[in-house]
Amino acid sequence: MPDQIEKVSIIVSKGSLEGIYPALIMANGARAEGIEANLFFTFFGLDAIHKKRFEHIKVATVGNPGLHFATLAGGLPGVSSVMTHLMEKKMEKLDIPPIPEFIEMISDTGAGLYACKASCDLFEITKDDLVDQVKDIITVGDFYQLAAGGQILFT
Amino acid sequence: MTVATYAGKEVTVNSEGFFEDPSVWDEEMAPEIANSFGVPELSERHWQVIKFMRHEYETKGEGPSVRALGKSSGVSIKELYELFPKGPAKLAAKIAGIPKPHGCI
Repeated sequence: MPDQIEKVSIIVSKGSLEGIYPALIMANGARAEGIEANLFFTFFGLDAIHKKRFEHIKVATVGNPGLHFATLAGGLPGVSSVMTHLMEKKMEKLDIPPIPEFIEMISDTGAGLYACKASCDLFEITKDDLVDQVKDIITVGDFYQLAAGGQILFT
Repeated sequence: MTVATYAGKEVTVNSEGFFEDPSVWDEEMAPEIANSFGVPELSERHWQVIKFMRHEYETKGEGPSVRALGKSSGVSIKELYELFPKGPAKLAAKIAGIPKPHGCI
């Protein structure tokens, strides 16, 4: 066993703010340590690289006990937007970039961004719907080939 | 802690190779440190980053993260990774003789 991680491939399956950021931070952090990194966006995770959606990612205020907020209140119109806004302001103070800037930055670090073919077919998403930083729409098999020899993280 | 020799001078570094005492660093050591961590030659662009790291450390007490480097050093994130493939902030900090920057971003 090598005592250092050489490569990580991170699967992003959720489309909420708290579902997307951890994966982006881990991919970016890997590159900062000189570790090769790939991101594979599947299912609702595709929103993070969708041209029309990646600027509107929201915190889940329903079904999210970690928020310590009444589910009934979380479901009221606008609550998710307000919560998201509050969180984004805090993140800005901590120098965490907004998702669109983060995606661009991660691509600039040399990490590979890929979309899942099955999910793109399911949601009728084509390469044109995705941001330019996405290298390709690939199959699960392609993903495993890319990930070969490294660690795989599912988020 | 180990002792490394750069430009004929002995310095104490930690297990990752960061200087224990940034004040003992001088510019003559930089090419040798760079060499031992996989950067064969220091170009003017490398130096721009190294001097920026040094300046940030001296004024703020801490080296910048990659994002801060990309924003303020005059070198883009893309180019930073071309110059320092094994992690710009980490590697440039090492070459500049300052402690490892601690941000997550």
